[in-house]
Amino acid sequence: MSSSGVSDWRPSALQQERIAYRRRRAQRSTLIAAVSSIVVLVVVAVGIGSTPGWPRVRDTFFDVHRGWQALPTVAQGLWLNIRVMLVCAVLIVIIGMALAIMRTLRGPIFFPLRVFAAAYTDVFRGLPLLLVIFLLGFGVPALQLRGLPNQAVIWGGAALVLTYSSYVAEVFRAGIESVHPSQRAAARSLGLSYRQTLRFVVLPQAVRRVLPPLLNDFVSLQKDSGLIAVLGVIDAIRAAQLETAIDFNFTPYVVAGLLFVALTIPLTRLTDYVARRQGWYGGGGGPV
Amino acid sequence: MSLLSLRGVRKAYGANVVLDDFDLDVDEGSCVVLIGASGSGKSTLLRCVNLLETVDDGVISLNGVDITDPRADADKIRSGIGVVFQSYNLFPHLSVLDNVTLAPIRVHRVRRDVARARALEVLDRVGLADKASAKPDELSGGQQQRAAIARALVNSPALMLLDEITSALDPELVGEVLDLLRDLRSDGITMLICTHEMAFAREVADQVCFLHHGRPLEIGPPDQLFGNPREPRTREFLSRIRQREG
Repeated sequence: MSSSGVSDWRPSALQQERIAYRRRRAQRSTLIAAVSSIVVLVVVAVGIGSTPGWPRVRDTFFDVHRGWQALPTVAQGLWLNIRVMLVCAVLIVIIGMALAIMRTLRGPIFFPLRVFAAAYTDVFRGLPLLLVIFLLGFGVPALQLRGLPNQAVIWGGAALVLTYSSYVAEVFRAGIESVHPSQRAAARSLGLSYRQTLRFVVLPQAVRRVLPPLLNDFVSLQKDSGLIAVLGVIDAIRAAQLETAIDFNFTPYVVAGLLFVALTIPLTRLTDYVARRQGWYGGGGGPV
Repeated sequence: MSLLSLRGVRKAYGANVVLDDFDLDVDEGSCVVLIGASGSGKSTLLRCVNLLETVDDGVISLNGVDITDPRADADKIRSGIGVVFQSYNLFPHLSVLDNVTLAPIRVHRVRRDVARARALEVLDRVGLADKASAKPDELSGGQQQRAAIARALVNSPALMLLDEITSALDPELVGEVLDLLRDLRSDGITMLICTHEMAFAREVADQVCFLHHGRPLEIGPPDQLFGNPREPRTREFLSRIRQREG
């Protein structure tokens, strides 16, 4: 922390020797890492390349020309995934937070709300997402109710929201319950009401704490948004499927996969960064 | 009439009776210090007065109003009592200034700029004007505890409850907090304190109350209670403390 009076400091001979030693060690580590990486890559490449079916697999899955050709269509599909993801994420955060707050409410008057929230999270955490997508995507339009939208993308999105909001509700609830009771005591002793305590003291701390697991759920949502393809919505996966149907070359699937990975990597890196910055800090006690 | 009075207060957790038929009076402008071994009920007493715990029996009245009445507006009563905790309990996500202005703005509906000006005054008084924008974890323990005192003081409470507020501090930081309390004492703020700092208790208290197994075993002016305790158990407790302090 202090920076005064050290400007004329020079490392002693002993310290210079340590610095040189650490530098030699670091160079040696880099060299070992490089050599071992090359060896592994060569072994994998030779291993796969020497399998009898490799030429066939290469032409079917890794045809660069075919991939390049399919890219615009698949990318257009991915744009739908991104839009679905963004709209769903907003709804999931709102509903998840509402459910989490419902579950932590005290008092007999809120009993029905607590039961509802508990039942909701139990059901939608337990149901496989694909099943919920089928039920909503094919079931609801089949009811032929007037006034309800019948686009598959809306019901697919609704299924994502239902399932993910139950996960996110549990993440928020864990965050709310992790705030130490003494924080509530301090807030109440100042005269803040239950609601004010929740809003100004508990939730801000809870949300900060659960940001890393929350972002993790959104990485997962990004790729699960591809599941709505089963409803016939032309997203990245469905677009790739249509492309492969032209000539039975599966490279478009690989293209879709690479695009999904490219989409999630920035978010996973952000998650890591947030976790590093406050996950270990915020718990009290400072950096380890 | 006393500002705070307890009559026949009882509090039990299961079979463990923490406060038993407890009577106590705190006069306006006076300072009452609670002493006693760990587990003798000091902290529970303060928590009951602040309605953080519900009493099992008896009456606590503040300014003649029964605050243990379940129909009483607990939030309103709490907002007139300042509490300082052993572990500070500052809100870690808020700056020192925001910690101090939270209750004025949200509970007392003071305008933001007025609340800030008043908070800065109080922070100046506790010697933390230059730390207003710091987060609690950037402060030393003593500074955090002074910020917590400022947070309680800013609401001009009729009564301050101080719960072993120096126990979590390094010995060299205890002094700055006790100095501040002396200051408040001379301003005539009514205080109910529990502490293990016997020398400090003797200095600031108008009345000292020795708790034993949830009862006020002996109440008296500090010179009498420390100099010539009537009860053998008080004598025993004080000699144990003095031995420890050497």
